[in-house]
Amino acid sequence: MGTGGLPAELRPQAGAFRTDGAVQSHPMRLKEIAKLLDAEVLTRNADLDREVEYAGASDLMSDVLAFTRPGSVLLTGLQSIQVVRTAEMLDLKAIVFVRGKRPDANTVALAEEMGLPLFVSRYPLYEACGILYEAGLPGSLGTAEDHGWDHLMNNRAVRAAEGALE
Amino acid sequence: MLEDAPPRLTYTFHVEGQDFATAGEVSSKIRRILQQLGVHPDTIRRTSVAAYEAEMNVVIHAYRADVTLETDDRTITITVKDEGPGIPDIEQAMQPGFSTAPEEIREMGFGAGMGLANMDRCADRLEIESVVGQGTTVRMVFNNTG
Repeated sequence: MGTGGLPAELRPQAGAFRTDGAVQSHPMRLKEIAKLLDAEVLTRNADLDREVEYAGASDLMSDVLAFTRPGSVLLTGLQSIQVVRTAEMLDLKAIVFVRGKRPDANTVALAEEMGLPLFVSRYPLYEACGILYEAGLPGSLGTAEDHGWDHLMNNRAVRAAEGALE
Repeated sequence: MLEDAPPRLTYTFHVEGQDFATAGEVSSKIRRILQQLGVHPDTIRRTSVAAYEAEMNVVIHAYRADVTLETDDRTITITVKDEGPGIPDIEQAMQPGFSTAPEEIREMGFGAGMGLANMDRCADRLEIESVVGQGTTVRMVFNNTG
């Protein structure tokens, strides 16, 4: 999908993607995200004017909890109620379930209770991410280094190696 | 007249092992208490994530646990004392990627071996005591500095 046909406010902004870790965010409203992903709103009273700064995609909530920046929308293929709990702990702005898969009524009810908008998109995960990325929404999860994990992991790897050598 | 000492608040919650439907409710309650107390949002986020990881660990691995939240004006302490199988090798369990969680837990998006390491990253202090065959106590201290 090209971005030439997109309205001006949805076109990529120069400098939105950087590889040096200094992410320049390009906030996007939920209604723009819903339009781009051809997504249906699952929760009542969802605030579609809410802005998100980043998007992340994962089926692994452990990684989402470890790597996600605040102000993010999460795209996932997982329908577990734990996705909504994870979003709550991280102050995520919304969840998009991909490939037309819908969470159960309990999950939707919990999200409504906490004011978390849920969407379902017919696009598969890769395409949904590509569409948002191309429209200028930078990544949320980042690398281990971005989140200060390299230090922790190196320490543990060194200690493990030392232990193994003894 | 002596200045009143800041109030030290204590709350205790119960978590049942294998209760996946309600997993996360205790962390959600802790989060709401911290919000009502006016704790800085960044501290709430770190505390919530660590509490949720600890709660999921209880649900996945232990039989039951008591979770205690203590706050004063400077620190937030969360203590999770479980009855469970215990951790034979804590250093190994701390390694990012090390996991003993069964396959059905991984299908729920957990059990990737990031829990303890993430708790370590989020908390300002993490202490783990474990007796194999009896249980594990995890204590996390968060400085309320924002």
